[in-house]
Amino acid sequence: MTPAPLLVCADLTRSFGGLVALDGLSVELKQGEILGLIGPNGSGKTTFFNVLTGLYPATRGEVRFGGLTLTGARPQAVYRAGITRTFQRSRLCLELSIFDNLAVGAHQQLDHGLYFNLLRRRALARQADATATAARELLEIFDPPLAARLFEPVAGIAMIGRRRVEICRALISRPKLLLLDEPSAGMTADETAHLMDDLLEVRRRFGDLSIILIEHEMSVIARVTDRCVVLNYGKKLCEGTYAEVSTNTEVRQAYLGLA
Amino acid sequence: MTAARARVRSALATLVLAVPCTLLLYGFLAAESEGKVALVLAGATLAAALGWRTGLLGWAVRASGQGGLALGFALSGLALVAAFHEDPFVLLLLARALIALVACLGLHVQLADAGVPNFAGAAFFGVGGYTAAVLGKGALPHAVVLLACGALAAAVGSVLLLPLLRTRGHYAALITIAFGLLFRTFFEVNESLGGPQGLKLGGLEVLGFHFNDDRHVLGLEWSGYAFYALAALALALAALSLVRRLERSWLGLALDAVRLDETAAACFGVEVARWKIGAFTLGNALIGVAGGLSAMMVGFIAPNNFTFQESLVLVSILLLGGLGNLAGLAVATLIVVCLPEKLQPIQEYRYLLFSVLVVLVLVLRPAGLVRRTARRSFGSAAA
Repeated sequence: MTPAPLLVCADLTRSFGGLVALDGLSVELKQGEILGLIGPNGSGKTTFFNVLTGLYPATRGEVRFGGLTLTGARPQAVYRAGITRTFQRSRLCLELSIFDNLAVGAHQQLDHGLYFNLLRRRALARQADATATAARELLEIFDPPLAARLFEPVAGIAMIGRRRVEICRALISRPKLLLLDEPSAGMTADETAHLMDDLLEVRRRFGDLSIILIEHEMSVIARVTDRCVVLNYGKKLCEGTYAEVSTNTEVRQAYLGLA
Repeated sequence: MTAARARVRSALATLVLAVPCTLLLYGFLAAESEGKVALVLAGATLAAALGWRTGLLGWAVRASGQGGLALGFALSGLALVAAFHEDPFVLLLLARALIALVACLGLHVQLADAGVPNFAGAAFFGVGGYTAAVLGKGALPHAVVLLACGALAAAVGSVLLLPLLRTRGHYAALITIAFGLLFRTFFEVNESLGGPQGLKLGGLEVLGFHFNDDRHVLGLEWSGYAFYALAALALALAALSLVRRLERSWLGLALDAVRLDETAAACFGVEVARWKIGAFTLGNALIGVAGGLSAMMVGFIAPNNFTFQESLVLVSILLLGGLGNLAGLAVATLIVVCLPEKLQPIQEYRYLLFSVLVVLVLVLRPAGLVRRTARRSFGSAAA
């Protein structure tokens, strides 16, 4: 018997006025699987992430994650359930340090009690130390020089570094599912290859992390994904391994306009 | 470095910082002609510039550490109160500045930490004042009355929470402006609270100690305002410590996340609304306590003391000092509260000079006198 899937989205729909950005999408994801999400611009990929993470309420449909029903859940509840994400355009807090940004990612592990924060300063310092250690360990995997710059503002760090910090922010809470929205945008081929190696490495270390990856770089999709879903006009065009999907006539038509 | 040597170094740095500041402040407060005020201001500017250029200022601030800075602030305050022990005008000015600092610390938590604007600072200050006027007459101990001033200001502020949570930026600011205007009108037409004539208050009294009385202590004749200045100093120190600890903790970090990017914060579990409510409420409580103490000290309140203009002055202190920096806030409070009083002899031009100062700061240092710096570690290495 196959184990129950980690994530089940059924008939997920989101419309903005008359525009149906996401149209009856049904997707399943197994634990530990890496799913590629591809499709032309405006095909509803990011909308899918926004609905899944509770930023937009779904117009119709259902999301189940682990044993939980996440339909209509708020972003905070989605995070607590173990889903974190990165954003297409970096949404780090630029004036805060790398450490602060990662600590925001670790929000649920930190003690936010008034008494603890204002009066138990030693215990707070110990928690800060432990968080800094966790942050360094994570940064070491992606970018060791960044680990040495832990308390520098993110604003002073190059684009590629920022993207890595953003991924670390999403990983530090040890999520079960990571949503990556075009992590390779603006990176060179080398940097992209390096980033993907690191992600595979993270998955090896963190056990059964599942990933949904939005990506336009097909070499990345081919290399790291177990399975792909192709979207077009908010609808699922087809689904399968990259090899299957890339030879599908409909997909080629949507992307290249070929008959 | 051993602990003992670190302590000596910290004490030394505190002295390097506190002694010139105290002397300059003494000179400023003692100066009687505009010429002398200008001279002291020039001296202060020169000292600040020199300290900045040589790196001495930065070193002293870092080496003092939190404890050192607080100690320096307290000692400097005590020295000034002792130096002016029988000059009610200077003592009142000092106390007013310290009370304004407490109110501005409240605004700081709201605007600089959580990003919630509050252009009704004077109104919440007024809620504290009216609470002190009404409850101060009863049998309640005045320490409890002061806490009640904070609690009531926070409670009144909760009326604004719903609209504030549904709006951002300019729109949120407009809501607080409207509230401030309504507040004043409400007290003007409300005869049971004195109407436009306002209310009189008795002085502060804690454990049988009447703050209003002049008295003979340690062989010196002390003006009653000296005791108010000391009470204000204690309150300012407590508020500084509270806000400082808040900012250098997970709480401050959560507020930063809310201010800088609500969407990203929400995606990492930060309950945006809860944090905004907390910051707005705590800020109003601080403003309310400050308002209560101020009313007891002045002995009289009327709706005209709590106008929109007064709220603007509080916000301008924040902008002048630099959002996100408590040292800058303290300096700006002193400048904005004390400078106009000192320039009183040239009445007609003092607001003009003040406006020029604000414009100059906004042009030359748009981030305020002291810029916000990224939070350093509050791990054990930094403690």
